[in-house]
Amino acid sequence: MLPKSRGTLSAAVFTALQSGATADLVPAPESEEDAQVTLWALYELHYRGFDEVDPDLEWDPDLLRLRRGLERSFETELRRRWDASPLREAGELTDLIDGHDGPSLARFVQRKADREQVLEILRHRSLYHLKEADPTSWVVPRLDTRVKAPLMEILFDEYGDGDPNRLHHHLFRRGLEAAGLRTDHACYVDEAPVEVLALNNALSLFGLHRRLRGAALGHFAAFEATSSIPSRQLAQGLRRLEFPDEMAAYYDEHVEADSVHEQVALRDVCGAFLEENPSERDTVHLGAFTCLDLEARYAHAMLTQWGVS
Amino acid sequence: MSDFEHASVVLCPAGPMLLRGKHEILDADGKVHRTVRPVSAVCMCGRSAIKPWCDGTHRLLSAGARDDEPTG
Repeated sequence: MLPKSRGTLSAAVFTALQSGATADLVPAPESEEDAQVTLWALYELHYRGFDEVDPDLEWDPDLLRLRRGLERSFETELRRRWDASPLREAGELTDLIDGHDGPSLARFVQRKADREQVLEILRHRSLYHLKEADPTSWVVPRLDTRVKAPLMEILFDEYGDGDPNRLHHHLFRRGLEAAGLRTDHACYVDEAPVEVLALNNALSLFGLHRRLRGAALGHFAAFEATSSIPSRQLAQGLRRLEFPDEMAAYYDEHVEADSVHEQVALRDVCGAFLEENPSERDTVHLGAFTCLDLEARYAHAMLTQWGVS
Repeated sequence: MSDFEHASVVLCPAGPMLLRGKHEILDADGKVHRTVRPVSAVCMCGRSAIKPWCDGTHRLLSAGARDDEPTG
């Protein structure tokens, strides 16, 4: 189902998606939230689509023109944040990742969060975890041999190494179900704050543009390199609150898997990509920074909402 | 065209040992652990909570070491 509109642009676009009358849409969102939910829905046409939207609209030129306008504004804002960051001075990708400091939702879950707060985070996270790694898979055909092979090595593991029962979407879905939550694709989009929509949209932006493939790889490496320890904290928090083991097991899997993925993503994927494409350094770092920055903004928003920061 | 370098055992600086392919690891207690992934990371810092596998704890150790360095 299409999300609920969050302003005049999303209202007009969601109506047009159902009628097919897309010719007169103007990319003039009334707010950041209006822009992000519209962009999220337009990207979703390339993933699973919506029952009430004609699949042919995925490649509708008027919708693509509209999407392009929203993407340009979003990318300009992401680049503005990157240009203003002291992490621009970081030498290596690992220096950038280690140098980033932000509030940690995982630490809060580990020690203090209550059950309702954790359920809220899980509903927000379901937007990405139910299509985990899919945005990065767009990048595969755009890479040369030496970078493509190690990226596939990691993605194969994300997709369960050939076993559907170990596929990460499935592990998260089992966790949601055991925790009494809904499990259908994107079913909690209307609860997602603008920060979560932006997190998801950045992944799709980087994944769908060949020009930004370096940013997609940088984002992926930063995500994997900051996952193992927070995943352990989340698993501990879930067990502290006596969540079903299926939910904690999803995070247990990420403690172990992402310890591997981190090494391969940094060394064999980004390292090799930068050796072969030295001029892409800034784009790779933009992607890594954007991952860390958007995660920090989400954490800050939630901790502020709960009055803990 | 020459082939690419692609080691099956990789020692990561200040990090784990990567093992590519299927392996059986006999731990210090005599228990066998089988690899299940295309690549597995074996703990080399000795502090992992999920030995023989790496859980990223070495990052905390190296961060702690950095904090201990004189800054001035």
